[in-house]
Amino acid sequence: MARASLPPFELFYESHRGEVLAFLRRRAGRERADDLFQETFLRALRAYGRLEHGEHLRAWVLTIAGNAVIDAARRERPTAELAVEPSGEDERPAVEELAPLTDDLPPKERAAVVLRYGYDLDYDTIGAALGSNEQAARQAASAGVRRLRKQKEQR
Amino acid sequence: MTAVPTVLDERFRAAAAAEGLLDVAYDVLDDTPVGPLLVGVSDQGLCRVGFDPEPEAELERLARDFGPRVLRTPAALDRVRRELDEYFAGRRQAFDLDLDLRATPEFHRRVLAELNRVEYGRTTTYGTLAAQVGAPRAARAVGTVMNRNPLPIILPCHRVVGANGSLTGYGGGLDRKEWLLRLEGALL
Repeated sequence: MARASLPPFELFYESHRGEVLAFLRRRAGRERADDLFQETFLRALRAYGRLEHGEHLRAWVLTIAGNAVIDAARRERPTAELAVEPSGEDERPAVEELAPLTDDLPPKERAAVVLRYGYDLDYDTIGAALGSNEQAARQAASAGVRRLRKQKEQR
Repeated sequence: MTAVPTVLDERFRAAAAAEGLLDVAYDVLDDTPVGPLLVGVSDQGLCRVGFDPEPEAELERLARDFGPRVLRTPAALDRVRRELDEYFAGRRQAFDLDLDLRATPEFHRRVLAELNRVEYGRTTTYGTLAAQVGAPRAARAVGTVMNRNPLPIILPCHRVVGANGSLTGYGGGLDRKEWLLRLEGALL
């Protein structure tokens, strides 16, 4: 099947701006979200001409938004150390805290864990980003979390 | 769905244009005397004037011709808007804008360059234009060029009429052609 072609940026922006702003408000608070909104879409625009197709654009822009949040947090408290324990749906540590802990996971589980708990993406989006489906993404994230718990116990 | 506040939306659009990140900056001028006009500029100049804009189709076409970074950024069209306003108000007879015709085939560009010499308030014929580009039998092909003119009004295809003086046709509809020729005093 032919890959979805890249839409004009205006249509991409109109489709995703509301969700990106909601995501940023959840992750960074209402005030900071305003600056990060512009930062996110400027970053997306800079990279847009290099995209080769129009698939997974939602996951793509939410990943950019997540990175913008992390970069802003780093600028504000570059040496902060945070205790992190990914233990369930309600605790969603930022990806900068989470990523190093997941280094030893198999690639698919690692991606699922980071996208779910670090970027706050839903399983449908993660499935799309991983080239599989919602259920497989849920299983990968759950297996990843189990493996992390086990690793922790063994330490 | 979260609504994006206007101020936030406008700030992003202005920043995108100011950083020079766009292949095409466009706007839709909603209230001109000839109806809504979609106008687009690239880094090289004005690249599109469209009647009856159906945004999605127009944007797809701009993306195909100039690149996918197409964004509505009204501030980038200030000069085009001003010159068109002056023209519609009868205060401007020629446009002083850079034009980007890189997506237009070579023969079309030659005909459009000749067309651009037809002065305000004058008319010419398809056959005359054909002769002027060295293809005297190509009146019909010249008609096609006019019909596909990417910059109507600016490149004045409304000033081209049939050999017998009839208005013949217009990509934007004969009513608009008539209105423009009356504005210029070429029709009474």
